[in-house]
Amino acid sequence: MVACRAIGILGRFSAFRILRSRGYICRNFTESSALLTRTHINYGVKGDVAVIRINSPNSKVSHLISAIQSSIEIMNKSWPSDSIRSCRTYLIKAQAALFMLAACKTPQEVTQISQEAQRTFEKLEKSTKPVVAAISGSCLGGGLELAISCQYRIATKDRKTVLGSPEVLLGILPGAGGTQRLPKMVGVPAAFDMMLTGRNIRADRAKKMGLVDQLVEPLGPGLKPPEERTIEYLEEVAITFAKGLADKKISPKRDKGLVEKLTAYAMTVPFVRQQVYKKVEEKVRKQTKGLYPAPLKIIDVVKTGIEQGSDAGYLSESQKFGELAMTKESKALMGLYHGQVLCKKNKFGAPQKDVKHLAILGAGLMGAGIAQVSVDKGLKTILKDATLTGLGRGQQQVFKGLNDKVKKKALTSFERDSIFSNLTGQLDYQGFEKADMVIEAVFEDLSLKHRVLKEVEAVIPDHCVFASNTSALPISEIAAVSKRPEKVIGMHYFSPVDKMQLLEIITTEKTSKDTSASAVAVGLKQGKVIIVVKDGPGFYTTRCLAPMMSEVIRILQEGVDPKKLDSLTTSFGFPVGAATLVDEVGVDVAKHVAEDLGKAFGERFGGGNPELLTQMVSKGFLGRKSGKGFYIYQEGVKSKNLNSDMDSILASLKIPPKSEVSSDEDIQFRLVTRFVNEAVMCLQEGILATPAEGDIGAVFGLGFPPCLGGPFRFVDLYGAQKLVDRLKKYEAAYGKQFTPCQLLADHANSPNKKFYQ
Amino acid sequence: ATVELTYPPECLSVTSKLATVQTKTKKTLTKPNIRNIVVVDGVRTPFLLSGTSYKDLMPHDVARAALTGLLHRTSVPKEVVDYIIFGTVIQEVKTSNVAREAALGAGFSDKTPAHTVTMACISANQAMTTGVGLIASGQCDVVVAGGVELMSDIPIRHSRKMRKLMLDLNKAKSVGQRLSLISKFRLNFLAPELPAVAEFSTSETMGHSADRLAAAFAVSRLEQDEYALRSHSLAKKAQDEGLLSDVVPFKVPGKDTVTKDNGIRPSSLEQMAKLKPAFIRPYGTVTAANSSFLTDGASAVLIMAEEKALAMGYKPKAYLRDFMYVSQDPKDQLLLGPTYATPKVLEKAGLTMNDIDAFEFHEAFSGQILANFKAMDSDWFAQNYMGRKTKVGLPPLEKFNNWGGSLSLGHPFGATGCRLVMTAANRLRKEGGQYGLVAACAAGGQGHAMIVEAYPK
Repeated sequence: MVACRAIGILGRFSAFRILRSRGYICRNFTESSALLTRTHINYGVKGDVAVIRINSPNSKVSHLISAIQSSIEIMNKSWPSDSIRSCRTYLIKAQAALFMLAACKTPQEVTQISQEAQRTFEKLEKSTKPVVAAISGSCLGGGLELAISCQYRIATKDRKTVLGSPEVLLGILPGAGGTQRLPKMVGVPAAFDMMLTGRNIRADRAKKMGLVDQLVEPLGPGLKPPEERTIEYLEEVAITFAKGLADKKISPKRDKGLVEKLTAYAMTVPFVRQQVYKKVEEKVRKQTKGLYPAPLKIIDVVKTGIEQGSDAGYLSESQKFGELAMTKESKALMGLYHGQVLCKKNKFGAPQKDVKHLAILGAGLMGAGIAQVSVDKGLKTILKDATLTGLGRGQQQVFKGLNDKVKKKALTSFERDSIFSNLTGQLDYQGFEKADMVIEAVFEDLSLKHRVLKEVEAVIPDHCVFASNTSALPISEIAAVSKRPEKVIGMHYFSPVDKMQLLEIITTEKTSKDTSASAVAVGLKQGKVIIVVKDGPGFYTTRCLAPMMSEVIRILQEGVDPKKLDSLTTSFGFPVGAATLVDEVGVDVAKHVAEDLGKAFGERFGGGNPELLTQMVSKGFLGRKSGKGFYIYQEGVKSKNLNSDMDSILASLKIPPKSEVSSDEDIQFRLVTRFVNEAVMCLQEGILATPAEGDIGAVFGLGFPPCLGGPFRFVDLYGAQKLVDRLKKYEAAYGKQFTPCQLLADHANSPNKKFYQ
Repeated sequence: ATVELTYPPECLSVTSKLATVQTKTKKTLTKPNIRNIVVVDGVRTPFLLSGTSYKDLMPHDVARAALTGLLHRTSVPKEVVDYIIFGTVIQEVKTSNVAREAALGAGFSDKTPAHTVTMACISANQAMTTGVGLIASGQCDVVVAGGVELMSDIPIRHSRKMRKLMLDLNKAKSVGQRLSLISKFRLNFLAPELPAVAEFSTSETMGHSADRLAAAFAVSRLEQDEYALRSHSLAKKAQDEGLLSDVVPFKVPGKDTVTKDNGIRPSSLEQMAKLKPAFIRPYGTVTAANSSFLTDGASAVLIMAEEKALAMGYKPKAYLRDFMYVSQDPKDQLLLGPTYATPKVLEKAGLTMNDIDAFEFHEAFSGQILANFKAMDSDWFAQNYMGRKTKVGLPPLEKFNNWGGSLSLGHPFGATGCRLVMTAANRLRKEGGQYGLVAACAAGGQGHAMIVEAYPK
C-alpha cells in the first residue's frame, strides 16, 4: 500500500522517470523549481522515505532554504497527512552554506533573510514526519543549522566529516536558529565553545557531545568506489532510522551522561547561568580586546533566548545578525575568507611532473618543519644536514610533531610510524638523483647558499626544482651561480611551519612557469595558503615588516616600555606584541634583515637605531631561543618578566619623544601606517600581483590584525585620505619614512578608487 | 577401535563410481625435478566452544592430544619424524614454542626438533607449507605439522606501568630505592591489559571490519543468516553421517572423553533474526549467530615425501600442490584473502575454477564469505583492485564447504588450516574428485590458498 502510494505521488511529476529495477528514483530538481538551478540538490524516494540529497560545497544559504522550502512543499502536497510511515532524510554532503550578504545594503535586508531561514528551519523542526540528517563531509554554518533542525542526525565517522559554526570567524553569528537550538542540544557551555571559537568538531567528538546521534563507519572497496558506496550506505542507514523514528521504534531522545546531566541541572539555576554568561563574557572581552563585535553579540543572543524565551531569542538573533553583517569587521573577515579561497588555487596550472621525491637541506627548525608538513602528505622526503646532532634534532622535531597528533588522537600510532617512514635522514647526497624538488633551509648566508646550490646541482636530475627558503636574500642573487636559473625559486615558509598557514613563493625574472607551478603544487599539498610575489629585497612579507620593526626600535628608544608597546600593539589587533615579536623572530635575524634591507632601501627603512639590535646580539640577548631578549624566558614559566639588563642599552640609545606624535593612538598608527604604506608600495612596484594576496600575506604570515582584513582592506575601510593625512602628520615629525607612496596618494585623491570594488 | 572406523561402510559402495569420475580428469600436477609431497593422514581433537571441556587445560595439552592421535592413527615410528611444526596465534607465554612442549609429552623422540609459527588464522597453513618447503628442498623426508589454540585461557597482562614498576623493583638495591619506587604506585596501574581480536595497525576488531566489509559489498543480514544456517546444517549432517573422520576422541584429564565438536547448532532464521548486532550497534549485520565462535582445539597432519611414504608402505590421502600467500590493506580488505589468493594459485597450477571438485574455505564470518563471493563475481572489483581483466568467478555452492565450516565446526585460530586440508582430502576421496582448493583469510590483511590433489587409489 505504502509503496503504491509513493509511486502514485511520483506520477504527478512528469519529469520523474520510474526506474523500477533499482527501486528508487532520483532526478534533478530543476524542473520543479527554477530557484534550484544552480544548486546540486536532488530528490528521490526510497520505499516510503523521501530522500533529499544536498551536495554543494560552499553553496549559498538562500539556495539551501529554497530547496528545503520546496521539499517541504512537495512533501506536504504529495503525502496525505494520514500516511504515518512517511519521513524524510536529508543527505548533507560537504555542506558549508554561507549567507551571501554582499548584495545587501541595510541591516534590515539581512535580518529579513535570517528570519526567512528561521521560519523554514522551524517548519522542519516541527515537522510531524520525522526528518533525519545524514552528514558526510563538512557540515558547517547553515549546513549545521539545517542538521540541528532535523529530529535525528547520522554522520560518517571519517576525518573529512566535521561539524561547526564558523560564523564568528566571519564576524557574524549563526542566523538561522543556530544560537537558539545549539544550547538546547549540546548544553550552554559547549554551545558557547562552538559558536565563539568556530572550531570544527570531528564526527566522533560530535557524537559524544550529542550533536549527532549515530555514526557510520566509512567503507572500503566493494562493488563500487569506496566513497560512493559509503554515501549510499549512510543513506541506507539513515533510512532505517527514519523508518524506526516513524514507527516510534527509535527515540530521538538521547541518554545523557552524568556530567552532562549535572551541567544541565546546574544551568537551570538562574544564578549559575548568570555566572556562566559573566565568565564567558569576561573571557571574550579579554581575548578580543573589544575589537570583534560578533562574540559578544552571540553571547547576548543566546542569553536572550534562554532568559526570555525562544520568540525573543529568534528575533534578537535575526536583528543582531543584520547588525553584524554590516560591520567593518565582518567585511574584513569575509574578505579574508574569499582571499584565502583564492590563495588555495594554483594559478600556474598543473606542473608537468608531480613532485613525489622531495629533499630538504638543513634540519633546523625550518627544515624539519617543512619535512613534517611534507611527509604527512605522502611525499618521500630526504632531510639532509651537515652534522649528526643537527640531523637528530630535526628528526626528533618531525617525530614529536607527529606524536603530538597521536596524543590528540588525530593520528593512530601506526599512521605515525608509516608517515615517519617517508622521511630519510642523511648526511650525504645519496638519493638526490631521484629528487623532484630540493628545498634548502640552510643558514641565511649568501655564500653558504651558493655553495649548497652548486653542490646540489651536481647531483640532481635536470627536471629538479631548487627552492630556497630564505626570508630576505633576493632569489636572483642566489640563482646567480645556478646553471639553470629557470629552475630556481623562493619558498618562504613561516615558523613554526606546521602551525603557520602562509607560504610566500618568490619568482625571479628567469623562473619558468612550470617551476612556479611545481612550487605552488607542493605548497598546496603541504596545506599552505600561498601568495606568489616577485623577487626583490625582503620580497613582500619581510619588506613590510622591516619598516614597522624600525619604528618599534624608535618607539623603544623614545622610552616606551616594551610591555606598554606590546599592549598597544595587541590592543590594535596584532596577535603578538611588537617587542615580543622581535624576541620570537630572533634578535639576530631581525638585525640581519634590518641591515640587508636598510642597505637596499636606504633612508625609508630608517627610524630606529640598528645599534640597539647590535648591542643586544653582542650581549647574547637573541630573544626566546637564547632565553633572554626584551623579556626573560624560562622553561616552564609562563609569565614573562622584562629583562632588566636591557635598561642600560635602552638608556644609552635614548632619544627624546616628540610629544605631538606620541599619544597611544599615534604610536599605534606610526607602526601600522609604515606597514600599510610599504605594502601598498609593493603593489605599486609589482612585487605583489593583487591586493588580495597582500592581505592574506600580511594576516596569515605577519599577524596583521584580522579584524582589519589586511593592509589593503584596511585602506578601503578606514579611508585612504584619512590614512594619508596621518602619514603626512608623521612625515612632518620624522621625514621621508612616512612619505605616502604614489598609489596610496592616488587612492586618497580619488575617493572612488578602492582596492576591492 | 573407534579410530579405525574412518571410512563408514556405505562409503565403499560408491568407490567404483568415483573411479570413473577420476578417469575423466586430466593431468596431475607433478612437477619435474621437484619431489611430490603427500599428506599421509591428519587428525584433530574435537573443536569445542571455549570455556567448555578444555577450559582447565593448557595449549600444549590440547596440542599433545592431536599429536598422540596422529601417532595412533598413522602408527608412524617416532624416530622417522624429522621435524615438527605447529601454528598458534594467542601464545601462552610459558610455552611460547608450544610445538616442542607438546611433542615432548606426546611420545615423540626428544631428538626431533620442533618450532612454532604464527600467521593469525592461517598459522597451521604456514606450519604445513613450511614442512612442504623442508621436504621439497630435501632437508627432511617426514614432517608433522599442526596447530593449536586455547581461547579458554588467554594471557591477561599487568599494565605497562605496573610491569615497569615491578621490573624496576627487581633491580632496586636499597630499601630507600624500593620505597621510593613503591610510592610511585597508583591504583590505575592495576588495570589489566586484555588481548583483543583486533588489528594492531588499525585497532579495529575483526568483527567490526567484517561488518564494514559486508556493508561495502551490500551483503544483507538475511543473506548472512542464511549462509550461517547452511554451514550449521551441513556440519550437523556431516557429523551425523560420520564424515568428520579427522576427529579423534580426547580423554580430558578429570573429565569425560570428548568425541565430537560441540559448536554445531542449527537454528532457525527466525531465531537468528532476533539477535542484536555484535559489533556495529545498533544497525550492523554481523551477529553472534553469523560469526565463527571462540574455539579450543588442535590439529595435526603427517606430511612426507611421496617416495618415503610409499617406501614405508603408506597409502597417502592427498598430494599437497601449489600454494600461495597474499596480503592486502588490513583496514578495508582485511578478510578478502581468498579472493586474491584463489586466482593466483589456480593460475600457478594451470587450473581453472571448473577443475576444482572440492572447495574448503575458512569461514570467519558469513559476511566475509559472502563478501568474498561478491568480490570474486565482480568484474569491477577484479579490474580496479586485482589488476585482472575479468572476474575470478564464483565457486559453485554445491562444491563449497559441504561438510560445514568454521562458522559451525569452530575456529581455533592456529588449528583451522589442517582441518581445511584434511576435509578437502577426505571430501575428494568420499565425493570423488581430483582437485581441492583450500583458502583462508587472516588478520593483518593476509590470505592463503593451496591446491590439494587426491592421491590416486
